[in-house]
Amino acid sequence: MSKPTSTTRSRLDPEPVPRRDFLGIASLAAAASAMLFGLVGMLRLPKAAVVASPSKKFTVELPDSLAGGTPFIPPGRSVALFRDEEGVYAVSLICTHLGCIIKAAAGEFECPCHGSKFALDGAVIKGPAPSALPWFEVVPRGDQFVVDEATIVPQGTKVTA
Amino acid sequence: MSGSTPKSGLGEFVANLAHAPGTIYRSAFRTGSPTTDRSRSNFVFGNVFLHLHPVRTHRWSLRWTTTMGLGIAATAAFLIALVTGVLLMFYYKPSPEAAYESIKDIHFVVPTGRFIRNIHRWAANVMVVAVLLHMVRVFYTASYRAPREFNWLIGMGLLVITLGLSFTGYLLPWDQLAYWATTIGANIAQSPRELTDAVGITESFDPGGLQKQLLLGSDTVGAESLIRFYLLHVMILPLALAALMAVHFWRIRKDGGLNRPEDADSRLGPTPDGTYPVFTEAPKKTYHLAAIVRGQTPAVGRGPENTVPSMPHLFYAELGVLMVTLLICVALSLVANAPLKELANPSIPENPAKAPWYFLGLQELVAFSAFVGGIGIPAVVVIGLGLIPLLDRESAGGGRWFGGPGGGWLVAQAAIVGLAAVLAVEAFAIRFGWIRQWYPDAPQLWITLINPGTVLTAIYAGYSIWLVQRYRSTRAGALGLFTCFLCGFLVLTVIGTHFRGPNWEFYWSPAHWPSH
Repeated sequence: MSKPTSTTRSRLDPEPVPRRDFLGIASLAAAASAMLFGLVGMLRLPKAAVVASPSKKFTVELPDSLAGGTPFIPPGRSVALFRDEEGVYAVSLICTHLGCIIKAAAGEFECPCHGSKFALDGAVIKGPAPSALPWFEVVPRGDQFVVDEATIVPQGTKVTA
Repeated sequence: MSGSTPKSGLGEFVANLAHAPGTIYRSAFRTGSPTTDRSRSNFVFGNVFLHLHPVRTHRWSLRWTTTMGLGIAATAAFLIALVTGVLLMFYYKPSPEAAYESIKDIHFVVPTGRFIRNIHRWAANVMVVAVLLHMVRVFYTASYRAPREFNWLIGMGLLVITLGLSFTGYLLPWDQLAYWATTIGANIAQSPRELTDAVGITESFDPGGLQKQLLLGSDTVGAESLIRFYLLHVMILPLALAALMAVHFWRIRKDGGLNRPEDADSRLGPTPDGTYPVFTEAPKKTYHLAAIVRGQTPAVGRGPENTVPSMPHLFYAELGVLMVTLLICVALSLVANAPLKELANPSIPENPAKAPWYFLGLQELVAFSAFVGGIGIPAVVVIGLGLIPLLDRESAGGGRWFGGPGGGWLVAQAAIVGLAAVLAVEAFAIRFGWIRQWYPDAPQLWITLINPGTVLTAIYAGYSIWLVQRYRSTRAGALGLFTCFLCGFLVLTVIGTHFRGPNWEFYWSPAHWPSH
């Protein structure tokens, strides 16, 4: 007569995990983690590693008549260039609120989309824009200037040719 | 040649061939033609599309004032948009060089092209209206309550996807309006930067920039953005919508049919003459399903009272709503063409650049703070709406219009409070401006925290908390808050649509806009 195994364990005690259940649970976990891993890979795809966009650098020749307080806007660019006694500087013309292109009007800049207004140095005067217009890096090259829209410089940075 | 009997074999072959059409029909519809009550029930059971419906429908559900057919109208509008959208895909080319020209082709050259595009556009508008009104109906009849809480959440998902479909469709014509509305939309997605910039953590934590990049696939609206919006519009969002719709409909049955008041049976009275009688034949089905179907025990030994076979009663009603929806879309398409502005020009913004009308309420708030209007308040509204069935665990007034403590009187009061608050806040902001005009150096964080949008939200929330306290009922607070939200949405949408002109300035009428 073999010794009954049930003496060690009450009927009410939870059953230990049988071997077959363990294998089943392990295979489910393996399948789930494999799918999760694949999902992470798939979610990675839509975030581009290289953003396709037009060149942020351009070269511009300023008109000789350009003087303090008047913006010069190169055709096709959303940047205003100024020249005063201290030098040349470039201010972004893309509204810091929601990305509309602002236009110069009577000694200030105004945004057509939600009515933000900026001073010529980029400071916010009115409207919902959360921050001042950024200034871009300007590098003199001979008679011309190279503006880099990807490099933001502190407000007040002016260069001389 | 062989030992078999070729003659009878060939004869059987010919006979099977002759019977093939009948065999196809019988294998597809195993229950035969639906001529009796029972065969109609079996017909519904045996059809995957029809069986999204219940086999029998309570007469209360078929009353005009129970649903006003709004859910079916939204579904019908989706189907119309689906069919017309597939037709438009024959000619539409999703690239910046070709998109605008292909829409022009559809408009001027393609046979019936303009008409089909008009119907597509109007069906999208009808769908948004129907979905919103459907939500209003479900809320005011307290039909989100247990056991329907989860279906309300599915409905929230459907609302968001519906708005997403409209927004992604807006870019596809690649005209000025499309380009600049999408630029604004993408920058709204980026607007969490307003907050992270103010706190100074954008360098390390930039959810806004990530959202914009995922949406556009670039840093400006271009070819990558167009193909992403196209993919979302014709594939991802419709599939997600269809899947959620199936769950939404199926759960109506599983949650015990449409909500109805407790005294629905006595108010309906006896079944009128001429409706199909209940259970004229002895039932063949056993009730073993009753053990696993939630809800009250089915009546055993007598017919289910006050229900009628869904076929034909419910199906005729649904067909009627479908035809009315189609009529509305077609009639509007004959009256008004879908707009098409000039070709998109990335260096000159449309002025004013207005989003579709149902986003103009948000655009009005965005004109004070991009983050609050574009992300903060929509998130609060969606989370608040989603919480309603989890917080309101009451039972009074279910299935009744404006049911619950306070009732219609409370809703009327809340409408007055809601309208007064939104009009006062807007009038103040339009007349006197806001913090930036008074203190140009004020920190952005102040403006993000205190602006007309947050002030209005605070007034509405305070009022509804007061209602909860006064009536000792969450439902009363929810009635007040939802009514205020509707009033705010309505007034802001009207202001954004009609009273805002170039530079988002206030004008009493578009006739006063300066010409340029």
